[in-house]
Amino acid sequence: MKILVCISKAPDTTSKILFTDENTKFNETGVQFIVNPYDEWYALVRGLELKEQMGGTVTVIAVGGAENDPIIRKALAIGADDAIRIDAEALDAFAVAQEISNYVSDKSYDLILCGKETISYNGAQVPGLIAEFMDIAFASQAIKLEINGTIATIECDVQGGTEVLEANLPIVLSVAKGMAEQRIPNMRGIMAARTKKLEVMPGSGATNNCEVVGYSLPAAKSGCKYIDPDNAEELISLLRNEAKAI
Amino acid sequence: MSVIVFLDNKDGAFVKSSLEAVNYAANIASVKGVDCIAVSCGKLSNEVLESIGNYGASKVVSNNTENADNSQIASLVSNLVESNSASIVVFSHDFSGKAVAPRVAAKLNAAIVSGVVELPNFDGGFTVKKSVFSGKAFADYKVNSEKAVLSLLPNSLDVITTDNKAEVIADSSDLGTAKMVIKEFKKKGGEGKIDLNEAELVVSAGRGLKGPENWGMVEELASVLGAATACSRPVADIGWRPHHEHVGQTGVAISPNLYIAIGISGAIQHLAGVNRSKVIVVINKDSEAPFFKAADYGIVGDAFEVVPKLVAAAKALN
Ligand SMILES: Cc1cc2nc3c(=O)[nH]c(=O)nc-3n(C[C@H](O)[C@H](O)[C@H](O)COP(=O)(O)OP(=O)(O)OC[C@H]3O[C@@H](n4cnc5c(N)ncnc54)[C@H](O)[C@@H]3O)c2cc1C
Repeated sequence: MKILVCISKAPDTTSKILFTDENTKFNETGVQFIVNPYDEWYALVRGLELKEQMGGTVTVIAVGGAENDPIIRKALAIGADDAIRIDAEALDAFAVAQEISNYVSDKSYDLILCGKETISYNGAQVPGLIAEFMDIAFASQAIKLEINGTIATIECDVQGGTEVLEANLPIVLSVAKGMAEQRIPNMRGIMAARTKKLEVMPGSGATNNCEVVGYSLPAAKSGCKYIDPDNAEELISLLRNEAKAI
Repeated sequence: MSVIVFLDNKDGAFVKSSLEAVNYAANIASVKGVDCIAVSCGKLSNEVLESIGNYGASKVVSNNTENADNSQIASLVSNLVESNSASIVVFSHDFSGKAVAPRVAAKLNAAIVSGVVELPNFDGGFTVKKSVFSGKAFADYKVNSEKAVLSLLPNSLDVITTDNKAEVIADSSDLGTAKMVIKEFKKKGGEGKIDLNEAELVVSAGRGLKGPENWGMVEELASVLGAATACSRPVADIGWRPHHEHVGQTGVAISPNLYIAIGISGAIQHLAGVNRSKVIVVINKDSEAPFFKAADYGIVGDAFEVVPKLVAAAKALN
């Protein structure tokens, strides 16, 4: 089983979301970057579990500059065997997916696992783009994955429930909560990660079809109207008559 | 020219988020002075197909293939884009949109902007606003390519309907072989339960409820209001509630008209998934709970005393 896990960096969930350069850039001052939780907790861990069951390798891949190396080392500490960083500046998901599929096209991975979205840009685009560039199956928002020989059985979140799908390998998955449980790297893993192979490859000149030109913050709430708990019933009439929400 | 929009269906009807997408696509089409053509896959009655005109599509192209996979639907949509020389394709940023839209973008070499919340701005170019950082901010994306795929964040825009009917065009084109086989559909929750992703009203509870045995009053309030139920992450992690109810930055992101949070502290990661709700009610015994800063209405009190009163008042209203 040759497994590839695509990882991305994302600001820590407690980061202050602020912008600089006249609101055209995300202000990274004081921001701690983490492995995007969906990539780490679910995609990477399920990849490792399958490797433990069936043998094989788990490679992680990230697109971007050397500022990604700490999160790549984290993924290696959790248990990935080796890593690839494609040293390209990708401004949109299209370019990221193109870089990954160009690299992967002759490597015959059986399974390409991605988180369902990043918690920064919430795109949910890279896995589907990779699947189409490679012309292979794509299971979107997967919560379960079992492999039997060359057949993958996958359960995905869909409108109103879940769907059980079957596909031949290779396949791309975008994975959501339920797929696996977060693993905390231990000391041995962290030590081992230092010497695992991280190969840096040049980019293949992928196209950026769009780019961010400005950011803004949502309008602040005008304030909270408090209702006395002894007259809690009043809330229901306010929701009906004032907020017109029920 | 024309704007193409994909429509998803379930149980013989179009899903609500798709109807919003059609309305959005029709609005773009009218700004551009072109047609809005909807495209649907699966067997549907003529009446249902025509009704999409109510939402602004002038035509609906209907392919009868049942259980098509995302690669087949992507072929259907992109063929239609090519044959109409369309430059904008619209999806809902719902489950089906997330599965199909990226494939279409790859096929068409198009820019893809997902989770858009406003009509694009065509003054001197093409920019469109989308939600980023899990609802904590917006970003304006500039489209640099000839074609663009936009997916609309559910419950972002009001839907305006008319009595117009769409012209139904049967499509029997070959969608190629499926890459995946659908084995089974498992319906979520019980009969009559409202799906969290589609819900306009949501009643949610957190660790303040002390244990799973206390969810009766939460479910009752939800049922009286016609709301879906949700929960905070720790509550799903310890197994008090199912995973699919977990809302927040690492769970489901929702934007209902009303979100009632009971015994939830309002951690930044929780707020990130619910802060786009139109009206937020917070019930918490701690007046310092951070959630009150994001609330429109608040009750500082014990959930075990407050919620039964709300249930009674809501019942009296019905
Ligand atoms: C990387 C990361 C991602 C995360 N993602 C998410 C996410 O997606 N969603 C999410 O929800 N959390 C997420 N969290 C967890 C988050 O930080 C909080 O820990 C969590 O939201 C707290 O849940 P809670 O409000 O139910 O519990 P608590 O923080 O324990 O709050 C319980 C609240 O109940 C109140 N209370 C107690 N008793 C009563 C009573 N009788 N009546 C009324 N009120 C009462 C208390 O005053 C308190 O405010 C994430 C954390 C991390 C680190």
